[in-house]
Amino acid sequence: MSYLRANWLKIIAHVGSLLPLAVLLFDYWTGRLSFNPIQDITLRTGDYGLNLLVLSLAVTPAITITGWRKLQPLRKWLGLYGFMYIALHFYTFIWLDYRLDLALLQEAIFEKRYALVGFGALVILTPLAITSTKGWMRRLGKNWKRLHRLAYVAVLLGVIHYVWLVKSDIREPLLYGGIVILLLALRLPAVRKPISNWRSRRKVAARRTANPA
Amino acid sequence: MPRIKSSEITPEHIYLSRRKFMVGIGALAAGSLLGACGSFNSSPGVVGVNEETGQVEVTANADELGDPLTSYSAVIGYNNFYEFTTDKQKVAGLAQGFKTEPWTVEVGGLVNNPKTYGVDDLRNKFTQQERIYRMRCVEGWSMVIPWLGFPLAELLKEVEPTSQAKYVRFETLYDPDRMVGQKSSWYNWPYIEGLRVDEAMNDMAILSTGLYGNQLLPQNGAPIRLVVPWKYGFKSIKSIVKIDLVDKMPTSLWMAAAPHEYGFYANVNPNVPHPRWSQASERRIGEDGRRDTLMFNGYAEEVAYLYDGMDLKANY
Repeated sequence: MSYLRANWLKIIAHVGSLLPLAVLLFDYWTGRLSFNPIQDITLRTGDYGLNLLVLSLAVTPAITITGWRKLQPLRKWLGLYGFMYIALHFYTFIWLDYRLDLALLQEAIFEKRYALVGFGALVILTPLAITSTKGWMRRLGKNWKRLHRLAYVAVLLGVIHYVWLVKSDIREPLLYGGIVILLLALRLPAVRKPISNWRSRRKVAARRTANPA
Repeated sequence: MPRIKSSEITPEHIYLSRRKFMVGIGALAAGSLLGACGSFNSSPGVVGVNEETGQVEVTANADELGDPLTSYSAVIGYNNFYEFTTDKQKVAGLAQGFKTEPWTVEVGGLVNNPKTYGVDDLRNKFTQQERIYRMRCVEGWSMVIPWLGFPLAELLKEVEPTSQAKYVRFETLYDPDRMVGQKSSWYNWPYIEGLRVDEAMNDMAILSTGLYGNQLLPQNGAPIRLVVPWKYGFKSIKSIVKIDLVDKMPTSLWMAAAPHEYGFYANVNPNVPHPRWSQASERRIGEDGRRDTLMFNGYAEEVAYLYDGMDLKANY
């Protein structure tokens, strides 16, 4: 029980991240995917991957605003699960869809900008996923933080990938872009500091009202 | 004498019981009908059996290249019809109950005999033929569909285009209350499409009022639509209310929405990629993997002459 109480946030993150994969596999095996199942799998894995990466990016600003340090470990797990879906997305594309046909893939990936930026995001995310362990954090020291700032680039590439791939109506991908830019802006010291100052002032004020003596 | 389809003379209760009967004995047909057994099912069911009605109405189970018909459930369940929604799996549900009677098609413009036809007039006037055509969507997927219809040329000959007529302009119904997707202001409704007159006169171009031996369902463009199989699917405009002969190239909805991506011709061409994705291969609905896209969707012999000497990269 105490384990649950201490780790409930992490448990929600794990279950919530794995649930879409379970539903996808269930839909696949029971024939509940659309009449174009490969496209379905491609779209869903890409969608989950981008959503989880954006959620991972939201952790630090959420701590800035709420001061709730317990959220910290979620950044890593949401990011790793995001990477997992992006990797599945990529393998669906090259293997399920293109059957590893190199000639077709060459044209599909390297000659098309939307595929190229998506591929670029995966290339950037791979070393970040590998170095997400405590051991690598220690080994890389200061450079770990520098390296992992590349996640911002990867998520932005993911949004561009999405914008370039819709047929015409880019309102939804642009909404993602807006959210990502907001989440990045909340990291700038000029934005972050006033927020945390405002939060600590409120905390002090709240304490005063609670103890009027 | 016009051919009377059995569906028009069979009372509905018999029709329905026959369907039940067919489902009862036809485990094979029912298998692909119910859809529950997987989207990977590539079998079109029993040869020539209309899975919805259980009637034998399709004359062949494959196109001229030997590729099987796409299952009826996929043809009526996976649709691009932005007038209802951009979600292909939800079009059928939203289009259910869409009223297609009465329906008239106004044919006019630069013609000697402008005329407004009821859809039934067209069905009775022109012999309905079955045409098994591949349908290649610009998004990279395709189907094989047994259409019922008649050559567009027959209708055009009747209204007699004048010598000034160079293009045919088609228009879909505009009625946001009945076509809820038209409430989205992102697109410039109504849907417009066009053909050059010589393209329209080619025997491959048909006006279709049915498929799989049945009348068209709303999600497939009821009650009457164009089918031009050598062009990307979006050229085959649905639920047509107006056909005009004009002297200037019409601007289609897609040309207006993204002029550098969707051109007037939109011929299926594996060598001319969409600016953002390749058109070299396609996914056939019901199959795993991909197959090579064919020049003019495999109809080069019938239509390539129309584009002799044209730069197909410039005229995309």
